[in-house]
Amino acid sequence: MHDASYYIQLLLSGVTVGSLYALIAIGYTMVYGILRLINFAHGDIFMMAGFFMVYLSSAVSPVLAVPLVLILTVVLGVLIERVAYKPLRTAPRMSVMISAIGVSYLLQNLATYVTGGLARAYPELPFLKETIQLGEISINWITIITPVLTVLLVVVLVLLINHTKVGMAMRAVSRDFETAQLMGVKINSVISVTFVIGSFLAAVASVLYFTNYGQVSPLIGAMPGLKAFVAAVFGGIGSIPGAVIGAYLIGICESLIKANETISVFSNAFTFALLILVLLVRPNGLFGEKTTEKV
Amino acid sequence: MKNKKFLLISLILAAVCIAGVLVVNSTMRYSMLASVLQKGAIYALVAVALNLLNGFTGLFSLGQAGFMMLGAYTYAILTIPVESRAAVYQYFDGGIIQFCLPMAVALVLAGIVPMLFAWLIGLPVLKLKSDYLAIATLGFAEIMRALIQWKNLGPVTNGSNLLRNFANYSNILFPIVLSAVCIGIIVLLINSTYGRAFKAIRDDEVAAEAMGINLAKHKMIAFMTSAFFAGIGGALLAMFQSSVQANAFTSAMTYEILLIVVIGGIGSVSGSVIGSFLFVACSEWWLRFLDDPMPYLGFSVPFMKGGFRMLVFSVVIMIVVLFFRKGIMGDEELPAKLRKLSARLKNRPAKASKKEVTK
Repeated sequence: MHDASYYIQLLLSGVTVGSLYALIAIGYTMVYGILRLINFAHGDIFMMAGFFMVYLSSAVSPVLAVPLVLILTVVLGVLIERVAYKPLRTAPRMSVMISAIGVSYLLQNLATYVTGGLARAYPELPFLKETIQLGEISINWITIITPVLTVLLVVVLVLLINHTKVGMAMRAVSRDFETAQLMGVKINSVISVTFVIGSFLAAVASVLYFTNYGQVSPLIGAMPGLKAFVAAVFGGIGSIPGAVIGAYLIGICESLIKANETISVFSNAFTFALLILVLLVRPNGLFGEKTTEKV
Repeated sequence: MKNKKFLLISLILAAVCIAGVLVVNSTMRYSMLASVLQKGAIYALVAVALNLLNGFTGLFSLGQAGFMMLGAYTYAILTIPVESRAAVYQYFDGGIIQFCLPMAVALVLAGIVPMLFAWLIGLPVLKLKSDYLAIATLGFAEIMRALIQWKNLGPVTNGSNLLRNFANYSNILFPIVLSAVCIGIIVLLINSTYGRAFKAIRDDEVAAEAMGINLAKHKMIAFMTSAFFAGIGGALLAMFQSSVQANAFTSAMTYEILLIVVIGGIGSVSGSVIGSFLFVACSEWWLRFLDDPMPYLGFSVPFMKGGFRMLVFSVVIMIVVLFFRKGIMGDEELPAKLRKLSARLKNRPAKASKKEVTK
């Protein structure tokens, strides 16, 4: 039998993973809210951010590399939107989703080509990996910083969406794409802002995740990406607090399942089982708005 | 008259193809060409099965790899000879299944088992709308993959270890002909009243329901049929590779099959078949030179190294997805397309357009 500190440790690691899923999930939920598109490439943007850091840190100091990574990832996200999604704006939803799958395939193959398919060690950032002792529990700084930073970013984002003009435009577009356009909302710039925010948060998540994990490989983005998407669906797609709560729940459950030897193989499957269950019982998620199909 | 001519031509073509494959089989059984022919045919079957859902019924499913895996495992588990079970299931005391079924029976079961799972998962999931259905079926495939790798099921599935030594074909004609027959059955289904109902559901669900089509029933038929043939495709793939491991059936495999359907044209059976052979040939054979820096040219191309082939390939796919959205065939079939093409070649555009109007 394990003692209490073991479970606290598990819980803490669950909260850390959950925070990272939350940061990625926001990108999914915002894009889906506005474009009704599952951005399958989002997990790979997260992976690319990891590789940006690997290659940049060999050229410049890590402190300088982090902001550069954030900028590059944002540029990549917006570029993908411009090249792969914008030309398909009037096409059926299925084509855009296929395009997203194509971009994901492309990014994975690009990363495989550049790295030769091997995992690369992630540069160590100063101070983040140092451990501190709290009673019987030893944790490193990243475990503390991750949730705090996540909550901070989410609060800023919610304020941005509820109290600024561009936030209002976003809400309008996600409510009704065409009417918003008729009311003079510049759709393209709103979509770009969405991708800027989503990619920025994915880059932050990538720095925290890979510092913790230690290495980056070309196919690593798919699973966290899908899980973050499940978190977004769980919370109600389009709802940011919902995505965050869903992400924490998934992170904590996953960490508990992984700790149990017999069922640890189901840590990914659990997430999807949860997804199917949520879709059946409450298709709009915990906080999603009810939508009706128009004929 | 026209039908007779068409039948004759297709019979001749089929005979030529079979003869060609037989020649390949006897002269270069292990060449690249032979392996592209086999894998292309298997992927064609799986892609047509996916197209039945995505292109003809409008159900966006991403569970194809999961159904293939179920088929592959069913076939492999049931046809490993009893005497080699101890070696295959070495970590599980020879497993608990101690019998071996004939190949044909196992193949049919390899279709039926995924079909039953499709029924089970389809009951709740088919109510969902487009992209939610996609993500739910993708999730289902992942759950199945985890389940098969579960240690406690090891005596049946061999956990995450390889399954091998199961019954296999010797002539490469086998997967090709079987795939062709299965595709033929799917085409018959598409041309039946069921197929018309599928297309009606695809075009407008509400209108189809208003015309008296039972949505739940028809969606389920399409979903189960697709799973059945995906399972058979999976079993054929297992034979082609002569081993099975759950880790190969990832969502990346589903994406590949989906891209084949897109390249061929969503809603075209012949498109999926052509797309599949092109996809397999390009990714495994024709573009292989890109992975090599070509030192024999006298100079070496620095950027051509391992992985460059797949990079070029994915750029090509993106170009198709973005600029040739209809794929190779659009939603037409090969004979119609050829007729149109020959009409255009004969420089009689007026007649061609008239034909289109009357159709």
